[in-house]
Amino acid sequence: MSQFAINLIFVGGSFALYIAIAIWARAGTTKEFYVAGGGVNPVMNGMATAADWMSAASFISMAGLIAAGGYANSTFLMGWTGGYVLLAMLLAPYLRKFGKFTVPDFIGDRFYSTGARLVAVACLIIASVTYVIGQMTGAGVAFSRFLEVSSDMGLIIAAVIVFLYAVMGGMKGITYTQVAQYVVLIIAYTIPAVFISLQLTGNFLPPLGLFGTHIESGMPLLAKLDMVVRELGFQDYTADVDNKLNMVLFTLSLMIGTAGLPHVIIRFFTVPKVADARWSAGWALVFIALLYLTAPAVASMARLNLMNTIYPAGPTADAIQYAERPDWMKTWETTGLISFQDKNGDGRIQVYNDTPAFAEKAAERGWNGNELTVNNDILVLANPEIANLPGWVIGLIAAGGLAAALSTAAGLLLAISSAISHDLIKGSLKPDISEKGELRAARISMGVAIVIATWLGMNPPGFAAQTVALAFGIAAASIFPALMMGIFSKRVNNKGAIAGMLAGLISTCVYIFLYLGWFFIPGTATFANIPANWLFGGTGYGISPLSFGAVGAMINFAVAFAVSAMTEAPPQRIQDLVESVRSPRGAGQAIDH
Amino acid sequence: MANNNTNAAAYWSANLRLIIVSLVIWATVSYGFGILLRPLLAGISVGGTDLGFWFAQQGSILTFIALIFFYAWRMNQLDKEFGVDEE
Repeated sequence: MSQFAINLIFVGGSFALYIAIAIWARAGTTKEFYVAGGGVNPVMNGMATAADWMSAASFISMAGLIAAGGYANSTFLMGWTGGYVLLAMLLAPYLRKFGKFTVPDFIGDRFYSTGARLVAVACLIIASVTYVIGQMTGAGVAFSRFLEVSSDMGLIIAAVIVFLYAVMGGMKGITYTQVAQYVVLIIAYTIPAVFISLQLTGNFLPPLGLFGTHIESGMPLLAKLDMVVRELGFQDYTADVDNKLNMVLFTLSLMIGTAGLPHVIIRFFTVPKVADARWSAGWALVFIALLYLTAPAVASMARLNLMNTIYPAGPTADAIQYAERPDWMKTWETTGLISFQDKNGDGRIQVYNDTPAFAEKAAERGWNGNELTVNNDILVLANPEIANLPGWVIGLIAAGGLAAALSTAAGLLLAISSAISHDLIKGSLKPDISEKGELRAARISMGVAIVIATWLGMNPPGFAAQTVALAFGIAAASIFPALMMGIFSKRVNNKGAIAGMLAGLISTCVYIFLYLGWFFIPGTATFANIPANWLFGGTGYGISPLSFGAVGAMINFAVAFAVSAMTEAPPQRIQDLVESVRSPRGAGQAIDH
Repeated sequence: MANNNTNAAAYWSANLRLIIVSLVIWATVSYGFGILLRPLLAGISVGGTDLGFWFAQQGSILTFIALIFFYAWRMNQLDKEFGVDEE
């Protein structure tokens, strides 16, 4: 059977499953559409949350980032998991007790202000739309590589599938497809990792293999990797980072950004009880950790494998002849994600760190520049081929990558459509809309959101990568602090909350725009995005635009408390609301408002 | 009513204490051992590298899981103790 046929079977089979689930789980009421009826088992919700959260970025890109950055990029591992501790203790149980459908619902009620609600809607839509673009393009790439259709065609197929189950089933359909998608993606991610770990370290558990012994050399795997990359002029894989302030702030931004992302928060509205919301956050992290503990192992092993492929006799010997390159390199060359340029004309593929510090050694070896450019994203996708695994594993990876992209896209689209139909239409424009009318509005806004996301996926703005930073920055600087203050302070009032959210949002956007271009328009950046130009850059402890979300959040807190202190305390009914949110009793009734 | 209020206040401060202890551990394993204190842990070697690297790539994630389950378990106890559970 050809590889194409195998891929088709795996991808087609998984899609048939999602559609079958969608038909079974149709939503009949707004409560089913927004929060799956509020009766989802906490373990199952944990699994759905894991799929909802783990996007194309986690599945496809993260291991590649860690492989390239080594220890320095541990920030992604800690940042994208640590947020669940904050969710479990600071947000999820209380928002579940509040018992409504959306994140702006809480902000609007707690800060007794339509203005606050609308600011929250705006933050939610900007954060979610920027995020969804990445998912759609990720799905397009996976389709075009594995199903040999154009990436646009792939995007349309993906959009139709998401449309079917998200519009029909709402949160109910999304929840159960996400559970299925989690199973597909985790199997797809771990199986190749187990094989590779066995090949390199003899340990079938990749997280143990990472700290195990490299069979061939008898050295610890990480020490071997350090040695190989050092020989080629790269920084040690395990090397420490100098700018720790930025590393801390970046990790913190990812953590509070994670806790503030609306599509993750609304998943905790679907469980029956407050206690379930707490357990569910724990289960979500268990299911996420299965991938996040595997990813760093995949990263180091894939990097070592790649170096061994290029320098079969070790980094001090000659590199491989271009004519003798393995088949996977040929397949991926056609996608443009890997490219070779024979700069010194010797027909071999030299890979090294082309810096002045290494220039002398390079000249000695007759090298004239690094000759192979590898996109980080192909590491996971090409992993089974690099390790010579059978064809069905490749089919599995295709289905897994698509499951990761589609499950996150569906969750984001639901967050967007509920903000429009519930907060904008029912909450502000047309409060007397009927249940049926609201359900129809929710479905229509979901459809429109899918069309816009597909269009943006086909015509990705050149800044797609930067916008993810924007999504986290906004969630961290605007949504998270507002929610937390709404629960933990009775004193923060409507004026304080709005001023705080705007201060956090604007300061973060401005700081990002200064370095990445105003509204991401190329060439409009005020300063070049280099560490010396960053805030405190002169001291060597500059704050990168990607790390500013945490600073924005601090600005938000400070402004909100200052403005609230100067203005009147919230009315008694709001203080009672905060009191009731803090106590779990009565959560069952709360949702049937 | 007064009794209710003091009970609610006591429940809330017990919750806050638990959160603060948990978040101190949360910050120590990630920002502490994983990032800032890594040079201090450099002497303790783990599989070809040092303990700080392990905390950054595995240890902190495992601690986070333990923390959430501990918090959920302990809060369930507190809910019952203070009579604010959902039954």
